[in-house]
Amino acid sequence: MTALRQRAAGATRRRTAGPARRSNGVTGAAWTVLAWLAGLLFFLPVLWMVLTGFKREVDAASNPPSWFFTPVLDGYRQVFDRDITPYLLNSAMASLLSTLLVLLLATPAAYALSIRPVAKWRDVLFFFISTKMLPVVAALLPIYLLVKELGMLDNIWTMVVLYTAMNLPLAVWMMRSFLLEVPPALIEAAAMDGANLFVTIRRILLPIVAPGLAATALICFIFSWNEFFFAVNLTATRAGTSPIFLVGFITSEGLFLARLCAAATIVSLPVVLAGWIAQKQLVRGLSMGAVK
Amino acid sequence: MTTTITTGAGATPRPTVRPSRPGRGQRWARRAPLLPALVFAIVVTQLPFLFTLYLSTQSWNVLRPGSREFIGLANYGRVLTDERLRAALVNTVVLTASSVILSVLLGLGLAILLDRKFPGRGIVRTLLITPFLVMPMAAALLWKHAIYNPSYGLINGILGGSTDWVSQYPMVSVVAALVWQWTPFMMLIILAGLQGQSLETLEAARVDGAGPWQTFTRVTLPYLRPYLELGALLGSIYLVQTFDAVFTITQGGPGRATTNLPYEIYLTTFRKFEYGEAAAAGVVVVIGTIIVATFALRVISSLFRMEDAR
Repeated sequence: MTALRQRAAGATRRRTAGPARRSNGVTGAAWTVLAWLAGLLFFLPVLWMVLTGFKREVDAASNPPSWFFTPVLDGYRQVFDRDITPYLLNSAMASLLSTLLVLLLATPAAYALSIRPVAKWRDVLFFFISTKMLPVVAALLPIYLLVKELGMLDNIWTMVVLYTAMNLPLAVWMMRSFLLEVPPALIEAAAMDGANLFVTIRRILLPIVAPGLAATALICFIFSWNEFFFAVNLTATRAGTSPIFLVGFITSEGLFLARLCAAATIVSLPVVLAGWIAQKQLVRGLSMGAVK
Repeated sequence: MTTTITTGAGATPRPTVRPSRPGRGQRWARRAPLLPALVFAIVVTQLPFLFTLYLSTQSWNVLRPGSREFIGLANYGRVLTDERLRAALVNTVVLTASSVILSVLLGLGLAILLDRKFPGRGIVRTLLITPFLVMPMAAALLWKHAIYNPSYGLINGILGGSTDWVSQYPMVSVVAALVWQWTPFMMLIILAGLQGQSLETLEAARVDGAGPWQTFTRVTLPYLRPYLELGALLGSIYLVQTFDAVFTITQGGPGRATTNLPYEIYLTTFRKFEYGEAAAAGVVVVIGTIIVATFALRVISSLFRMEDAR
């Protein structure tokens, strides 16, 4: 319970930027140990996944589990033998293209909901968020039939369109919150100076919201990279994305744990790295811009 | 919602007289940037729903060719009296509620732990957010095969014994994997809230003689409420649609113990090919969602007003 006081003390330091004193004493150390234990406990499954990926299949299925072993690359070799590359490329294409498309659609829309708002901007915002609440499963059947009718099953462009729709509400909300931070006086001043819309956007808006665009792109990328439900129902061999590769990897006969973990590590890596690097933007993105 | 429009930054005051022509032109100029996104969203998310409505009135099973016919609301009768769907509904509620509540509580605890300076704080934070970044499908497979497996899984490896976790505690297995993934999400949002808390208030509470626990329950928790609500709301939006974990860890079983609505409708569509029934179930789920979402939107709306007032 003393944590709160220390917490408060810590906050003072943050705000006054005084000399960095660490919380001393036994209680402080205990809280530190607890925090580290919690962190390690949550990370343990990930660590286990990475370790198992470097084991031989026999070691991976040993009981009790082996913590010390000679690392081998057999798992990774098998993953590439089974040709993970097209799946990774499909994932990259679906995520990157849909992210680009989302930004192109959401940024002007957010502009029309913040800086020069349309009359019913509130209703429009809530319409967007309500499409996010609609259960995907209710749209699956009509989308499946439509896509089949159009001959677009197992086609990566189908996934691009669906992921764009999936992330659009998030992006509109996020971009709106970033655009609201642009001081209106700045835009007025530009208008006074006779700058046209294009110049205003390029010279004033873009530099200010560039970090916001990056944060939005990160979130959209994460969600489309990880998407499974549409992918499993609408793609097969040609347009299959990385999670589809993972599922196809499970066999009923023989040992597969090491290579499964190797594959899981590979497909998780892009998002894990992106999230680690952009931790600050992550919070804001996940809360749709509400938490700064 | 529509009555409080004027609070927006730079919103023009509504003229009481009919707008003149240039006014109308300007209105369209304002709308223009919005239209592509709006039209796209309507076409991709709303039209399929209309199609679902139509399909729900058909008796249509792909396994019986030529059997397609209009049967009115019969599918709804079947769906609403169906035991399986009711069980799936209960499972969905249990699954969503327990994952959201547990991950919010754990996230709150972790956020408090992280809201102070200590050696390696950045590293611990990084370790903690990693579960959320792992691909959900990879996470589900990892839990099923590397952690829950009775003969070589990590849990039995550490604790000993040969418990078959997935078949003995199916719901707990799914919820545990989901809580592991979503706790970091909650932690990030709550931590951001904690760090924005004004120090003067905490100081004042202490001066007034409030103990740490009292300060926490009387000052910090009420202050955190919008953050907790936001986390719970966003978490519910995603978790109610849980598919990957159920699909992978339990396949909805044993029996129907962990079949939630998304998985049940998926089975009806792609295993039984009862298109009409699946569509009707989809419509019922959407109506349920609208009812729940109305409350949820009210929460967002209040958060929203807070943001405006700032």
